[in-house]
Amino acid sequence: MREREDEWTGLMRLAISGDSAAYHRLLKAVTPVLRAAARRGLARAGQPVDQSEDIVQDILLAVHLKRHTWDANAPFAPWLFAIARNKLIDALRRRGRRIFVNIDDFAETIPSEPAAETAPASEVAARLQSLPARQREVLQSIAVDSASIKDTAAKFAMSEGAVRVALHRGLASLTAKLREQS
Amino acid sequence: METDQLIRTLAADNTERARPVGFVLALALVAAAPVSVLMFVATLGVRPDVMTAMHNPFFDLKFAVTLALAISAIVLSLHLSRPEALLRGWALLLLVPAGILAAGIGGEMMMPQRLPMMTRLVGHNSRACMTAIPLISLPLLAGALYGLRHGAPTRPAVAGAIAGVLSAGLAATLYASHCTDDSPLFVMTWYSIATALVAAIGALVGSKVLRF
Repeated sequence: MREREDEWTGLMRLAISGDSAAYHRLLKAVTPVLRAAARRGLARAGQPVDQSEDIVQDILLAVHLKRHTWDANAPFAPWLFAIARNKLIDALRRRGRRIFVNIDDFAETIPSEPAAETAPASEVAARLQSLPARQREVLQSIAVDSASIKDTAAKFAMSEGAVRVALHRGLASLTAKLREQS
Repeated sequence: METDQLIRTLAADNTERARPVGFVLALALVAAAPVSVLMFVATLGVRPDVMTAMHNPFFDLKFAVTLALAISAIVLSLHLSRPEALLRGWALLLLVPAGILAAGIGGEMMMPQRLPMMTRLVGHNSRACMTAIPLISLPLLAGALYGLRHGAPTRPAVAGAIAGVLSAGLAATLYASHCTDDSPLFVMTWYSIATALVAAIGALVGSKVLRF
């Protein structure tokens, strides 16, 4: 566990300094752990565990938009788990249950791959439809069509800067919409 | 959207650099301050004998207390804007203004006084104090909450209450220059009630707007 967390801290430091590949690896590395904890939280609250993917995506968005609150001199895992715990409690509360989530749920979690019975996440996709057209198109181009920022700019005859702005605003308003529903 | 797709999208957005919470909070407070100052100047204003009053250590002590309160609350609220933050020892920061005030009360006790203790405590401006401090603090509270929204407080009500203390501390600094009640006993009683009121408003609003 210790090694895993040190690796995360290293990757996050690189990510903060602008290394997007490291950031991608970090998010990929933490996702199975978040998924397992979300499934456990759902199970304990008597909720269907196949709803975990929405919670995982909610956590990832919060991690992304609040990463400036992480102190690069502090270990990454406690920060991550605090965000995850907060989001998990919100999600469970939204589903009508108030439950105590222990921080150890995350720290001692065995990573979990998406199981066959996991329902696809639907909340982010649903909120995506309510975004302004430009933001939605840019997000879809990058997320669904795997286009680069450059390709997306060419496709919509936008500057790369404008694509970046639309992408960031789109992610921020997606998160705001997810929060509103709770 | 698949989680892998979301992750790729977030990584593509890694170029965006957010400002530190402290920077945004400072900016928001600087933007809100003129509104509060204007409210203060338009309704109360600095007391006319301020030049003489400045020679009275108990007049000056009011500013030490209110500024210490505002500064410790700023430090505390920045600490709480980190999700993994624990309150623990940090809450002791608020003992700094309390300690200064206690020292002031002790000092006043040792001096010969013209007025009895209860008279000094009750003062002449208690109602103005309890109305003006909360009202003047409202723009600052709005600014503080706006700035702290940039953070990630996992206990939004507590963070909101501290934002309330912060704005009450700043508002009380303005008010102190108007008020002719300089006794630390007056400050302890009425300033505290006003601060508690703003902290309660901050907790209430914060629990809604500081969630992330």
